[in-house]
Amino acid sequence: MRKEHEEFVDSFEGQLPPSIIAEIKDTCPASVTKEQLKEIVELTLGLYKHCRVNAGECVGLVSAESIGEPGTQMTLNTFHFAGVSEMNVTTGLPRIIEIFDAQKEIKTPMMEIYMKPSHNDLEKVKKFAIKIKEVVFGDFGAEYVLNIFEQSMTIKLNKALLSERGLSSKDLAAAVKVKSKGFNMEVGNDFLTFVHKGKPEEIRQLYDLREKMRPVKIDGLKGITQVLPVKRGDEYIILTLGTNLEAIFEYPEVDISRTMSNDIHEVYNVLGIEAARQAVINEVFKVIESQGLNIDIRHIMLVSDIMCITGAVKGITRYGVVSEKASVLARASFETPIKHLISAALESETDRLTSVVENVMINQPVPLGTGLPGLITKLK
Amino acid sequence: MMHYVHKKIESISFGLFSPKQVVDGASAKIVTPELYDREGYPVDGGLMDLRLGVIDPGLRCKTCGQKLKECPGHFGYIELARPVVHIKFVRQVMDLLRSSCKSCGRVLFADAGMAKVISALNKLGEDEGNEARRRKIKEMITKGKGKDICPHCNGKQDPIKLEKPYNYYEAEIRLTPIEIRARLEKIPSEDLELFGYKIDSFRPEWLILTVLQIPPVTMRPSITLESGERSEDDLTHKLGDIVRINQRLFENINAGAPEVIIEDLWDLLQYHVTTFFDNEVPQLPPARHRGGQTLKTLAARISSKEGRIRHNLAGKRTDFSARTVISPDPMIELNEVGIPQSMAMTLTIPERVTEWNIDYLKTYVQNGSKKYPGANYVIKADGRRKSVSEDTKEEILTELVPGYVVERHLINGDISLFNRQPSLHRMSMMCHRVKVLPGRTFRLNPAVCNPYNADFDGDEMNLHIPQTEEARSEARVLMLVDTQIISPRYGLSVVGCIQDAITGNYILTKELVLSHEEAVDLLFACGVDDLSRLPHKDKIDGKEVFSMVLPADFGYVGKDKSGAEVKIVNGILKTGVMDKANLGQESGLMLRNIYEIYGADFTARMLGIISKLGIAVLTRRGFSIGLSDMDLSAESIGEIQDLLDKSEAEAMKLLDQFNAGKLEALPGRTVRETLEVRILEVLNRARNKTGDLAMKQVKDSSAIVMVRCGSRGSSLNIAQMTAVVGQQALRGRRIDTGYRGRTLPYFKKQDLSPMARGFVRNNFKSGLNPSEFFFGAMTGRDALMDTALRTPKSGYLYRRLSNAMQDLKVEYDGSVRDASGKVVQYSYGEDGLDVARTKNGVLDVKRIILQVAGEVKE
Repeated sequence: MRKEHEEFVDSFEGQLPPSIIAEIKDTCPASVTKEQLKEIVELTLGLYKHCRVNAGECVGLVSAESIGEPGTQMTLNTFHFAGVSEMNVTTGLPRIIEIFDAQKEIKTPMMEIYMKPSHNDLEKVKKFAIKIKEVVFGDFGAEYVLNIFEQSMTIKLNKALLSERGLSSKDLAAAVKVKSKGFNMEVGNDFLTFVHKGKPEEIRQLYDLREKMRPVKIDGLKGITQVLPVKRGDEYIILTLGTNLEAIFEYPEVDISRTMSNDIHEVYNVLGIEAARQAVINEVFKVIESQGLNIDIRHIMLVSDIMCITGAVKGITRYGVVSEKASVLARASFETPIKHLISAALESETDRLTSVVENVMINQPVPLGTGLPGLITKLK
Repeated sequence: MMHYVHKKIESISFGLFSPKQVVDGASAKIVTPELYDREGYPVDGGLMDLRLGVIDPGLRCKTCGQKLKECPGHFGYIELARPVVHIKFVRQVMDLLRSSCKSCGRVLFADAGMAKVISALNKLGEDEGNEARRRKIKEMITKGKGKDICPHCNGKQDPIKLEKPYNYYEAEIRLTPIEIRARLEKIPSEDLELFGYKIDSFRPEWLILTVLQIPPVTMRPSITLESGERSEDDLTHKLGDIVRINQRLFENINAGAPEVIIEDLWDLLQYHVTTFFDNEVPQLPPARHRGGQTLKTLAARISSKEGRIRHNLAGKRTDFSARTVISPDPMIELNEVGIPQSMAMTLTIPERVTEWNIDYLKTYVQNGSKKYPGANYVIKADGRRKSVSEDTKEEILTELVPGYVVERHLINGDISLFNRQPSLHRMSMMCHRVKVLPGRTFRLNPAVCNPYNADFDGDEMNLHIPQTEEARSEARVLMLVDTQIISPRYGLSVVGCIQDAITGNYILTKELVLSHEEAVDLLFACGVDDLSRLPHKDKIDGKEVFSMVLPADFGYVGKDKSGAEVKIVNGILKTGVMDKANLGQESGLMLRNIYEIYGADFTARMLGIISKLGIAVLTRRGFSIGLSDMDLSAESIGEIQDLLDKSEAEAMKLLDQFNAGKLEALPGRTVRETLEVRILEVLNRARNKTGDLAMKQVKDSSAIVMVRCGSRGSSLNIAQMTAVVGQQALRGRRIDTGYRGRTLPYFKKQDLSPMARGFVRNNFKSGLNPSEFFFGAMTGRDALMDTALRTPKSGYLYRRLSNAMQDLKVEYDGSVRDASGKVVQYSYGEDGLDVARTKNGVLDVKRIILQVAGEVKE
């Protein structure tokens, strides 16, 4: 498209939304004349004005309906992820509920780690994937030998894992030093031996020690229990089970701009509220797409906006979004009405009757759509 | 004319009653637990006192003088012999006791900084709502817990403990409600703001009850049983207990009874008052009827789905409504609903008599209420109602003058609202025009089944008749089926041709060649009377017949279901066939274009004509399926069996490899999992291949035609009927062992062969063997369970969503705001477009460019 033409289309900024201006620019054939372009833009403007939402339209309810109605068509099952058996993905209705509840603990936290172009070959990606996978002390123990007479425990170490990680037994010993208080530690090349300090007591203490040391993190990133490098398009990405956005952003080889977690709260804590809003939209849209449903993105955006409007992520529950409502009766009509009525009485609250349910309750027109405009007239 | 003065409620304030307000507002003091005297007349000063309102016909209220149904009821009160704690305020009393000084009553918070904290709290309340302020206050109270020296009088504080439900202990000594009340009285009003209470309408001592408000009898009506016995409401029972104990407590106190007895009675009074408010307090045994049934008291009346708020306030019942079974009628219009005549004679529409319609309305009155179309009632200018009967008819006819209102029967064309539960989206309740038909069911055009999600296996639907002009015009303009064709969920049509209508049009446009007479007959049958565009030929192509229903200037280029081009130029179907992709619901792209150019009512009318055309074609041509449609030639059966044999052999080979330990594991999986994946892969491939074979073989049977045009069935259905049903899968896997080591006792243990793990080798035509049938039943049951579990979950999600978002609306400035005016979006959906007016969420700029410039850059 010619420059002057582009400028002409751009001059409608403010009257037409950017997405439509961009579409006109993209789809207009090069041969278009000035007059034709003018007609196109004018017709588009007319169509746009015709297609705008009416004032008073209850867009919230329409969105709620649009998401709620196909809810019955979603599946309850979780799916195995291609490749690794323990890698489940929560999809369908449970995932939608999880997102809208803004649950702190989600069932299958996952990350998609994108690599910078310089690190994008399979070997490097694989190596990086192994590096970030969390390994705990228990993973290194190949064999546990108990000596009842000496009250000692010898742990034979998994040498392959040690060398894969580039660690020595000394590193392990240092990591569990705090946990093994009260025991003398003998560090061998491929084993660790613990002997009880002082007089030997029950053998159980050695078992306890073993259990105590097992979850000590040795290497990798906390929370990342599974890694899976996969090819997506032309590049390799790493899928992980468990998330740790903050830590992964520290690595220079990671493409921070595209790496994402599916834990909304984590996204909020690390990247802020706008990112969280977008994360909600993306996650919900992913589910809806995978279920083969068709819901317009605007509806999901509105839900996401209402969840994030206070600056923190609030779930659509009686503790979240609904508790923020100004109207006593609106809150009471949702859940736990007694609680809301009592606190309203104590604090001498006044319900201004500006939303829907209160007006339904007292048989007055609701302030939406045709109930919105007032009419002032002089009686003859 | 009457002038109505409409009063509007601006706001509702919540607050606490002070004891004085309770006494002042009461119209009777209740002193005796007796309800009725020997004649069955309410006792003065009893709980059914006539001053509290009337529930018996014939009696008059002693307070307002009105009769039953007119008198709203009046509150009374009783004076409690000793104060009791209100169960719902236990927490607040606790907080107040803990944070106020034992001796001087001041809040344990130094004067300095108090004003600052209060203004900070108020600001928090304004910015983030009451909930945030409440949290902050709670935080402050817990922080101040440890203080034991009053900053005002240096008095020492003792720790106060709450023993649930309502006993307070200070340093192990129990505080009586009297003492608590005295404490609370001492707290100066100025300090209360710190707790978030409003000074002018709240005193902490009101949290301890000294008088109890008695709800009016209209709130707790007694019912007379058939035996003539009276059965009192649960609330009356509970109040009776309270009054009885209260009287005894009074007597004992006056008689100077020992403190132990008084304490016991006092506790009992506390229990009764508590359960009067809430009978589900965790630590208390609920009060019961003699039969052991728990009493339903105040809290239970308000909360839950069956409570006052959700059952009576947020949900209403309505007159002028009807419900019956629905059945299809493809010959009525899309926006019509067939109504049984008996219903049309019961439901009425009020029509005001004017000098222009008086003659017309008189014909209805003339017919009376027994003859259709007649009238059931007339309402006189003074508001009195007169029923129209054979006797009163003549009299009414003579007195009928402008100003009267005639409630006439429904006639064709009246406005109605039609609804099917569950009402999940706005298309679940649409406006239809009435069409009175014989029979006993509602009739609707099958094309509108989809938005209602209705079928005719016994579904019932509801009908409402709007009673005012405003309601009717709103229904007509905003809710008529025509206006609801495009779904606001995704911007495509939810109404379209279904089933036979698609098949008929498909056959018509694909292969039919008609004689001129046949073509005219067909078009006339579906309501096309302008035949000027029909070519004057002896043999008329089906496409030309179909073109007759299109507007003469309509142009469209699209694709049919198989991807072949469909081209319409100047209202003539040049190439392509009409199938689901262009006529069906949730796609219907041709319809979507017609809607955009010619508008809602034209589309609705045209859709009706197209439906009828399709059905008319089928009625003239004949269309039916039978068992022979599933026949395959002997060689293709052999081919299919060969293929299955091979696949099974392949699966068995994999199994052998596995057993020999030679199977290589896929990355990240165990050998066993690999086996499952590989076998599943082999078997699914086999089914798909045989399916393709079957589809090729069954040439042009009716079943195939339906699959091809998308009106019913899929190629999978055909394959399952003719070739092989295939692997039954539970949660994405083959059927797992339910018995020890095997799926059914019929098989050997540890048998991993396809047959033993749910592979159904037969097809539905040849029939399944018992084990195969059982596997099919297993997957069927799993699907049923899934649906049963999903429905309540998604229902709750929907309720929460709609409750959270119901008051978001678009303001005149285009922004989306909630009820308190808080901006949620500056422009709805970032571009301000109404989804229902877009095409799948976007504006069709391409069409405009194509129209103006003649080409589009892809």
